[in-house]
Amino acid sequence: MIVELGHFALILAFVVALIQTVLPLIGAQRNDPLLMAVAGPAATTQFLLIAVSFGALTYALVTSDFSLRLVVNNSHTLKPMLYKVAGVWGNHEGSLLLWVLALSFYGATAHWFGGQLPARLKARVLAVQGAVAVAFLAFMLWTSNPFLRLEYPPMNGHDMNPLLQDPGLAFHPPFLYFGYVGLSMAFAFAVAALIEGKVDAAWGRWVRPWTLVAWLFLTIGITMGSLWAYYELGWGGFWFWDPVENASFMPWLIATALLHSAIVVEKRESLKAWTILLAILAFGFSLIGTFIVRSGVITSVHAFASDPTRGMFVLGILAVFVGGALTLFAARAGQLESKGVFAMVSRETGLVLNNLLLTVACFVVFIGTIWPLIAEILWSRAVSVGPPFFNAAFMPFMIALAVILPIGAVLPWKRADLGRAMRPFVGALAVAIAAALLAYALTSGQSALGPLGVALAVWLVAGAVVDLWQRCGRGSFASRLGRLTRLPRADLGKTVAHAGMGVTIFGIVALTSWAVEDIRVLKVGESFTLGAYQVQLQGVHDEPGPNYTSRVADMLVTKDGAEVAVMHPAKRTYPVAAMATTEAAIRPGVFGDIYLVVGDPQDGGGYAVRSYLKPFADWLWLGGLMMALGGVLSLTDRRYRVAAGARRTVVGVPAE
Amino acid sequence: MKRLLLPLAFALLASPALAVRPDEMLPDPGQEARARELSQGLRCLVCRNESIDDSDADLAHDLRVLLRDRIAAGDSDSQAVDYIVARYGEFVLLNPTTKGANLILWLAGPAALLAGAGLAFIITRRRAAAPEAAGLTEQDKARLADLMKE
Repeated sequence: MIVELGHFALILAFVVALIQTVLPLIGAQRNDPLLMAVAGPAATTQFLLIAVSFGALTYALVTSDFSLRLVVNNSHTLKPMLYKVAGVWGNHEGSLLLWVLALSFYGATAHWFGGQLPARLKARVLAVQGAVAVAFLAFMLWTSNPFLRLEYPPMNGHDMNPLLQDPGLAFHPPFLYFGYVGLSMAFAFAVAALIEGKVDAAWGRWVRPWTLVAWLFLTIGITMGSLWAYYELGWGGFWFWDPVENASFMPWLIATALLHSAIVVEKRESLKAWTILLAILAFGFSLIGTFIVRSGVITSVHAFASDPTRGMFVLGILAVFVGGALTLFAARAGQLESKGVFAMVSRETGLVLNNLLLTVACFVVFIGTIWPLIAEILWSRAVSVGPPFFNAAFMPFMIALAVILPIGAVLPWKRADLGRAMRPFVGALAVAIAAALLAYALTSGQSALGPLGVALAVWLVAGAVVDLWQRCGRGSFASRLGRLTRLPRADLGKTVAHAGMGVTIFGIVALTSWAVEDIRVLKVGESFTLGAYQVQLQGVHDEPGPNYTSRVADMLVTKDGAEVAVMHPAKRTYPVAAMATTEAAIRPGVFGDIYLVVGDPQDGGGYAVRSYLKPFADWLWLGGLMMALGGVLSLTDRRYRVAAGARRTVVGVPAE
Repeated sequence: MKRLLLPLAFALLASPALAVRPDEMLPDPGQEARARELSQGLRCLVCRNESIDDSDADLAHDLRVLLRDRIAAGDSDSQAVDYIVARYGEFVLLNPTTKGANLILWLAGPAALLAGAGLAFIITRRRAAAPEAAGLTEQDKARLADLMKE
């Protein structure tokens, strides 16, 4: 009964989304306030209906209702409760439901917090948002319905992929979905502005919080995904340039560019057409990502539901929305005249350079991802494009970005003097070079890339600190510190996020350049040397788990005779899913992780053991979190809080 | 993103071994290091986008052994890779060649950068030469007057 209610709510949501699309659009065209006013309540209703639907599916999974096909295919009575709940989005149909839930949630927030938006813009934004919902709800109802029943329910289910039964992964997809889908708001604002034919500073300010929220979720989602790969896949890799990873990375790159160009629109009323284009592309890449993942046209480590019909449907959605928006853009972009004037050297051109590097980098990732498909279709040539290509073709753009970032971030608006802007950074540059030399000396020249990466990382962090210090004005140390606490949060956010990029670069460089690896057969009682440590295999025993059995090794790690840790790498076998996973034992540390993996028993006795020292590994994800924290700080900036508060007290004050 | 639905390769294996197995390693550390380096650029053909160095599949194991045989037999890096490409096709290379149409792939990034930089330069020059915005429009002035009255 509850399942049927959920199913019914989903169909109702589809109808409501249709109304939300059509009526407000007509209303905005005819300037009919009544029709326009439909949009808001429709958005709220749509969200509530999809929430009911989502609740119903969750209920079905939690109670193990095996009359539902989705539950049979993805659950099992013995599966821990956490994964029963996470199982809602651990499959194609359920993850789509989460997708539309996020979509309708964003639409509803545009209504709840969008009080100061002009009525017509708001009606159009919600109508576009509704149109996207119509497309995806239709996709669900016609090709991927989560509420299909089985005629003969089995006694138990097939369980979920064990690799997904991990707390990190349970919460990683929701973050990504909220990121992807958040970009639909930027898209809706862009299309609404194009219909209106008007983009001004206020538009730049309104679109920014949504983009920031979407970017924030994407950043956290990608960071979590990378961390999960590091500890769960069992060899400590953190990024594989897999099509599915690229699918999340491309919108992130464009969203990052969009965040920066929206600043130019807001502060200087320039780059308007470009910003609109980025907003369309950002959501376009979200849809392309969805297409890549759901269609199976590009083989990936993480294949989702590979189904040509679904692929065609997503391709259709992509063609209609991105094609339509780009056509509208071509017709209307000429009307978006820029106002602000800027010189060849200015903050504006710095941000143009940022956008150029980010979008071209995204283009490189895109063409690398779809190249096997193109080569297959055009020349019947089977080629692979893997990490070596992406590292070679993508990295130069990130290096260039890191080099220009600290300077570009402090250039004055309109017109700048490069020499004067660079003067405060002499110290930062010196520290960066010194750090590179130190890294070179310490690692005795193992890799040329290592010291270069260290220099870039230090340059970014020191540059961010210098920028912040400059913002505190002149005067005594105490008065500067005093000003520091009163700086706008957006400035702090900028510093933290830019420094975070430096920290991430440092983590990546250290991990790829200086990791130590050891592979050997180890018998119980034997030990070996790993870097500065001694590792001894003390014993191996079996342990039962809720829905798996585990073979656990006890390994003693010592340094100069003193115990550092007893670690327990394990290997789990999931009988229902007929799969095994390696559970690496990781001892995290500020200066690096000890990473142990135990494998199969060997013919001559003993076990295959893989061990690594991963220097500064955790800095990689710390940097990601810092970038996200920068986003949070920026989001809580006074100018958004004041704008939100003003709505309640004063009526009709524009945000310009 | 959805690293959801597991690597199919894992599903096919009841009990995956570690990627590089201790028994397949070459005794000469120099040769072994070369083999590791090369195998990171070779694709496990039955897996989805994994190198033979990372993959647990049996075919990856066979390829690793084959590669090590060639290296132990005295092949240079390119000879060993050519030997495998001759048998398994270009598809096995994770690093695409620069031959033929693949040149487009390699040049796409630099070309896009040049084109974008050129476009940005032209637009920026036009912005730099453009007259300063003409201040308030008539509409703005009327609106300002309204606001002042309030």
